[in-house]
Amino acid sequence: MSCMAQQTYVSSRAAVPNLEFRPKGRGIVPRGLTFAAVLIILLMLAIIMGNILVGGMGTISWEFLTHPPEQGMKAGGVFPAIFGTVALVILMVIAVVPIGVFTAIYLQEYTSPTSWTTRLIRVAINNLAGVPSIVFGLFGLGFFIAFVGGGIDTLFFPEEGPVWGQPAIIWASLTLALLTLPVVIVSTEEALRTIPRELREGSYALGGTRLQTIWRIIIPQALPGILTGSILAVSRGAGEVAPIMFTGAAYYLPYLPGKLNDQFMELGYHIYIMATQSPDIEATKPILYGTVLVLLLLTFSLNSVAILIRSRMRRSRVGAQ
Amino acid sequence: MEHLRFKSKSRWREFAGEKLISISAFTALLSILLIFVFVFKEAIPIFVDDYIKEDASLDKMLCQQEFYEGREAKWSWQPNSEVPKFSLLPLFIGTLKAALVAMLFAIPLGVGAAIYSSEFASRRMGEIIKPAIETFAAIPSVVLGFFALMVLSSFLQQVMGLTFRLNAMNAGIALGLAIVPIIFTVAEDAMTSVPGSLRDAAIALGATPWQVSLTTVLPAAMPGIFAGIVLGFGRAVGETMIVLMASGNAAIISISVADSVRTFSATIAAELGEVVFGDTHYHVLFLIGLLLFIFTFVVNLGGDIVLTRLKERLQGRTT
Repeated sequence: MSCMAQQTYVSSRAAVPNLEFRPKGRGIVPRGLTFAAVLIILLMLAIIMGNILVGGMGTISWEFLTHPPEQGMKAGGVFPAIFGTVALVILMVIAVVPIGVFTAIYLQEYTSPTSWTTRLIRVAINNLAGVPSIVFGLFGLGFFIAFVGGGIDTLFFPEEGPVWGQPAIIWASLTLALLTLPVVIVSTEEALRTIPRELREGSYALGGTRLQTIWRIIIPQALPGILTGSILAVSRGAGEVAPIMFTGAAYYLPYLPGKLNDQFMELGYHIYIMATQSPDIEATKPILYGTVLVLLLLTFSLNSVAILIRSRMRRSRVGAQ
Repeated sequence: MEHLRFKSKSRWREFAGEKLISISAFTALLSILLIFVFVFKEAIPIFVDDYIKEDASLDKMLCQQEFYEGREAKWSWQPNSEVPKFSLLPLFIGTLKAALVAMLFAIPLGVGAAIYSSEFASRRMGEIIKPAIETFAAIPSVVLGFFALMVLSSFLQQVMGLTFRLNAMNAGIALGLAIVPIIFTVAEDAMTSVPGSLRDAAIALGATPWQVSLTTVLPAAMPGIFAGIVLGFGRAVGETMIVLMASGNAAIISISVADSVRTFSATIAAELGEVVFGDTHYHVLFLIGLLLFIFTFVVNLGGDIVLTRLKERLQGRTT
């Protein structure tokens, strides 16, 4: 790798003196071609958003948001799916935020960036972010449901059928928590890096211990970053379907999940089922578009809030310097 | 005495708090290990269990099989037929086909837009491009799958006159949309981290701005762009919902992108819900999951190493 790198450097260096022999255009062609790429991306985005907005606008109403599906999902609303999604991501956040924040603190405050533990954890985080979501689904099934849930059942409920060793909202949310862990860590770390060293030193000078410094100085300062990470994690978690297909999401439930080991309905899964398993796709279409629009609005509004907090955080950092 | 007790209490707290933090920090590492162990565990029987080997030995999954006497030998994926067939080749070809179409679509768009954003874009244009890409990245894959299934497929069918509405091209393009943000972000990051001193040197030698970009910045950032493409490919292979909804899911061997495909990831998603816990089919699906995990692990590790080295090299040069 390093020899290749060396080569590119040499060649780039050698190319520069030759430049005067080239026609000195204004670079219309490269500029035009790369701008075309940008335009196509913007156009695709506009088409997708436009299509879903136009298709779903007519469906969304108060009734739609607050009523359960009726007539085999050809009528009614998506309330149970919204409820399930919200419950799912709340449980996920409860699990992922403390662990993510602690990991970021450990990486930033406790260890040197070059130590092998830090490197190992970093490699793990990067890889966790790249594991295919369906593999998370397999893992959730094999670990949380069969191993953990099944283990609890054999220990505490040997007489009954599966109590915890079955698809449930708690297993789905824990699976999603692992999937979104890198998001929270990266965002928190970014915030921790912006905290001036003087604040830490001031705390130590006043006799604060490391933990007191973290608890009273670092975490409050990093709060916007933690918030950004949590919101991004929620937005990501709300849109993932593959990890929850086998770990707790259900086609249709006549009741709302009330216990941790209940199954649940979810917006993304609802979309998948309606789009692929419906016997009469034309009849489901308005409901389907409405559901997609609800999911998109949910993720986009969450993302916009996260981006807003982050840009404010960055601006205040620039201001402080 | 009281003072001391207070002190010991706070010391205990300190100890517990610090332990909690360091234990939490190993969750990510532990997760990766557990994912590997638990997916691997369910795939092991394929290599050791004689009963399972009858239907799904390595030989049967990889080589041509004569399933019915007297008929021609072939590779088939028909796990639920009377004679279960577990050949992985149709799935492998399907995965590769969808991912390659996605790359053909996403590389020019992602790299092109990254070059424009890093080299040519005005400040105002940059303020449009980046949020747009972030918005793109935020679209859930099930929504992209839905779009490909409902809109893109009919459009492509009409324009190209295809026989099948759901095919490799349709899934591949939708998949491409999902990985454009990855390629863009990594490539753009690599180009903007090329030190100003390199640019200045080229300008001092008389290069025009775009010549600086093409002859200096681009070659210097090349490993990063390459890493972005590889990471995008890893995501394209692992992505599930888009291919599950938009590809048609027929496990056939063909090289035409107009034919339907079934990918590894979509196979797991479509079939795991219906398998009997612990039978041959169940273990084969976990083996596929293991393959996906190992593949993306290698790709991510490779991309990670390239990017770290590039950063070190580019930053080292400025000092």
